[in-house]
Amino acid sequence: MIITQKYFLHFPVCETNTPIIYKLVKDYDLEVNIFRALVSSEGEGYLVLDVKGEAGSITKAMEYVASFGVTINSVERGVVRDETLCNHCGNCVSHCKAGALHIADLKTRKVAFDDKLCIACGKCVDNCPMKACSTVF
Amino acid sequence: MKTYNQINDKIASGKAVVLTAEEMKDYIDKYGVRKAAKEIDVVTTATFGPMCSSGVFLNFGHSKPKIRITQCWLDGVMAYSGIAAVDCYLGATQVPDRDPVNSKFPGKFEFGGGHVIEKLVKGETVELFAYSYGTQEYPRRDLRTRITLADMNQAIMVNPRNCYQNYNVAVNCSDKRLYTYLGQLEPNMGNMSYCSACQLSPLLNDPLYETIGVGSVVWLAGARGHVFSEGTQHCPSCLRTENDVPAEGAGTLALTGDLKKMRPEFVRGCSFVGYGASLALGVGIPIPVLNERVAKHLAVRDRDIQAQVIDYSTDYPQRTGNVLGSVNYEQLRSGCVDFMGKKIVTSSLSSYYKALEICEILKAEIKDGTFLLSQPLAQLPVKQGMKPLNIKK
Repeated sequence: MIITQKYFLHFPVCETNTPIIYKLVKDYDLEVNIFRALVSSEGEGYLVLDVKGEAGSITKAMEYVASFGVTINSVERGVVRDETLCNHCGNCVSHCKAGALHIADLKTRKVAFDDKLCIACGKCVDNCPMKACSTVF
Repeated sequence: MKTYNQINDKIASGKAVVLTAEEMKDYIDKYGVRKAAKEIDVVTTATFGPMCSSGVFLNFGHSKPKIRITQCWLDGVMAYSGIAAVDCYLGATQVPDRDPVNSKFPGKFEFGGGHVIEKLVKGETVELFAYSYGTQEYPRRDLRTRITLADMNQAIMVNPRNCYQNYNVAVNCSDKRLYTYLGQLEPNMGNMSYCSACQLSPLLNDPLYETIGVGSVVWLAGARGHVFSEGTQHCPSCLRTENDVPAEGAGTLALTGDLKKMRPEFVRGCSFVGYGASLALGVGIPIPVLNERVAKHLAVRDRDIQAQVIDYSTDYPQRTGNVLGSVNYEQLRSGCVDFMGKKIVTSSLSSYYKALEICEILKAEIKDGTFLLSQPLAQLPVKQGMKPLNIKK
């Protein structure tokens, strides 16, 4: 069965020179869509991506990724919204092209965040006057 | 016809009929203006949004030995000290001296006076640093200490301009992104930004200032506050549509209240990339339904309120006076408008959600008899323009 899964990967310092993503495509036959990536000044790597392929292949691929000491997180997307800081003004909504930040109820204009849709572009981070949105990296 | 005293007697005895602004509109649609004027005593209106023209007067108390402060900073943010020995005024938009501002554009403005005010209301400790030239009775030349709101004698919020009756809707007709106090504006009218509590907004429900005037009691971020004057830039002589509703900026209110009694969720420091720091504030104002005329004004809905669309790339900064067109708040609140042949996504800097919440809180306080109304001591000007500043050569 073909599925699409989103991952947030944290690479330890020693593995940023290994072409791990290349292997996912070549050896595990996965389609990879990278949303956000960074190599920090300390040499660590961060990656938010979608992988699409056979469920079994994805599992094996992630075992391969984990063998390098890479931390795999399938919950976090790289962007975090702290609802306690949100005033629900909705300024973020017109800047979120992915539609992850949206008006949940037109009557009250309450803002909601669907992190499955988030592509970690980070536009909300700059656009939130209350700093309710932040990026993990 | 009802009087303030009659309405206050009903509030005190727990018999007042109170509706939120939204509920009142539905009531009028169902039963008409006449019945609404007879049956409903008070309608609660509210707004929650960035209000730059805000700040607090603080009194620190006297140190031993005493100091006559000439310059002071709270968490690195300068407060105006050109008043008495240990008084100062901390403005919402003041940023720390060390902030790089827009020297590397766009600046982030992550901290400012509004954030210090938020910290104080939360009960957090801030650092006070002060200088003086020293006098015989105030010998101390400097001090550095930590202080909380509870340590201060008074902390009085005094806001020269809040609750703009209506406001510009911003777009960007240029080909590069703009960073403004109405948020980031994408090139080629890529988005449209507004800032109003729309049909919940106090002055849109009392367009000719018949109940809201100098001395009116208001709900200021949870505290009992007052209107102490017309706000700065109060400009009631403006374009008005049916039912006296202003279609541009128009009136403003100057508000004051005790910071010590405010609730932190309604006093929030905020940051606008490329523009500066500010303070988002929640204000609720009860409108006594004195007569049918007041009730008729309370019937106003989003679709009846027009706002002017202004290009913030040229017309706003250059003060050309050019207006691209008008849209109404029903269109704006829908999230997308058709404007000049283009579908444009909209968003707000003012929180309708929080304004609704304040309407409900104020309604509950009036219903349980703890919030009484006050008759204005003086009416706000109804005819008055606004002068520009002409640069003399």
